Amino acid sequence: MRAAWSRLMQQRMNAWALKFLLVLIFLCYAGPQLSPYDQSQQDLELKATNPSPAHWLGTDPLGRDMLTRILHGGRVSLEVGLLATAVAVIIGVLYGMISGLAGGRTDAAMMRIVDILYAFPFVNFVILLMAIRGREFWLIFVAIGAVEWLTMARVVRGQVLALKNLEFVIAARACGAGFWHIVWRHLLPNVTGPVIIYASLTVPGVMLLEAALSFLGLGIQPPDASWGVLIQDGAHSMESYPWLLIYPGLFFSATLLALNLLGDGLRDAFDPKSMSQQ
Amino acid sequence: MIRFIVSRFVQGIIVIFAVITITFALSKMVPGGSVRSERFISKEAQKAQDEYYGRDKPWIVQLGLQFKHYATLNLPESEHYKGRGVDEIIASGFPVSAMVGGAALMIALTIGVPLGAYAALRPNTLEDRASTLAAIVGVCAPSMVLGPLIALVFGLKLGWFNASGWFDSSDWVLPASTLGIIYSGYIARLTRGSLRETLAQEFIRTARAKGAGEASVVFLHALKLASLPVLNFLGPAAAGLLTGSFIVETVFQLPGLGQFFVSAAINKDIPLAIGLSTFFAALIVCFNLMVDILQSVLNPRIRLQA
Repeated sequence: MRAAWSRLMQQRMNAWALKFLLVLIFLCYAGPQLSPYDQSQQDLELKATNPSPAHWLGTDPLGRDMLTRILHGGRVSLEVGLLATAVAVIIGVLYGMISGLAGGRTDAAMMRIVDILYAFPFVNFVILLMAIRGREFWLIFVAIGAVEWLTMARVVRGQVLALKNLEFVIAARACGAGFWHIVWRHLLPNVTGPVIIYASLTVPGVMLLEAALSFLGLGIQPPDASWGVLIQDGAHSMESYPWLLIYPGLFFSATLLALNLLGDGLRDAFDPKSMSQQ
Repeated sequence: MIRFIVSRFVQGIIVIFAVITITFALSKMVPGGSVRSERFISKEAQKAQDEYYGRDKPWIVQLGLQFKHYATLNLPESEHYKGRGVDEIIASGFPVSAMVGGAALMIALTIGVPLGAYAALRPNTLEDRASTLAAIVGVCAPSMVLGPLIALVFGLKLGWFNASGWFDSSDWVLPASTLGIIYSGYIARLTRGSLRETLAQEFIRTARAKGAGEASVVFLHALKLASLPVLNFLGPAAAGLLTGSFIVETVFQLPGLGQFFVSAAINKDIPLAIGLSTFFAALIVCFNLMVDILQSVLNPRIRLQA
């Protein structure tokens, strides 16, 4: 574990990505509290202004402070990203564990279902679901999470197949341990590493999907804001006020970049085989 | 081989009918129904509508009706675009999406593969780092940021192209570049990773030992095997590109399939939504099958399993 950590930090980029994310998370939670403005507080006299000492990143056409809105929106985007990833992890880990441990026909059938599901136009379903069922916050991350679990299930199943014939699992079974006991006490702790790695690679994908939904007007609803909402607002007024698009876009891209770097770094650090390829 | 294709074909048909079922089930969650909410219409017209779409029948019959539509390829009318069949709408939107998507795919491949190969051949040099970083930045530039920026710079400021719409013969350039740049990032990353892995394998050493030139080792021996992960990614990606990216078509206001799907979802135009989902699924199935066959041609070690 410690070796993996030091391998992760050896790459300067990874260390920077981690620092950036920690600072960003702190700012997104503390920033709106420290800011003298509220994210939905309008100042119609002011309208859209350039960055100034009073408004560090300027204001939008309704006179709302951009920095406050970006930090607030970042909190929403990060929360959706983490919650949806959690949903995907729960479904994927359970499915992969059961499939791998059950083996035989059950395993073959369950994996065939995953193969078939890969050919599903899931984004269509999510769009349709959001359009039909109103745009509730919980529905967003449940719907996105229900889409993103397939690869996780495959990874976990592969791990379980490798683990389940090792001595400690056979010993547990010989002692009369039940199916769920083996899953919970013996397999789960051993698949945590790969699960964390793939979860960290899932987060940026999930955040992109949320931003896409919000951009289409099917995600987070105004006056609440996520980065997708802010980018959509910015795209509407970009001809006159390009910074309204550029600032939230920069925050979003930088976060995706940091998450991707960290995910790749984690994979390399925990999996020396892929390290040798680098 | 034939057995493999037939079994995949059957599997694909199962996928398509499962997609119809799920889209239909989702549409049953519409509160109130679609036509009712839009405007006042007479009872008779309402009844005629319900009869046409079979809404007065039990849901199992309705689902059977949907299956029948798609089994006989006799698609119903759209609810929102009155008088236009779902198949007509697909036929009008698909050329737009396919043109943008096809151009994007070409752009992605012509940038991505050389960039990734170049990085793989010069490991741990400045060029490698630079092209890897370029690839990662491509991955992290979301289309909803890159698209409007490209429209702003090349459409509004420089005035080289129309910033939105589908009027001139050059209108595919900006949306295709947006998608192409993003996908080239993915392709460069995949190419770099898999080419480096391949170059470390024994058969490459054998080829070098036989005295094959560097160019022939890389292009004839290594790139063939290294293209497998790229192909694997390209199957679903190509289907997604050809049917239109929802975001890019919204940004550039293109009358492609992606736009039609978003508006079908928002207008609760269920026949159109089912038709488009089914079309997407059919394309994904076709591309996956093509990728599987191509893979077995490129790598004899992969056996086609029925």
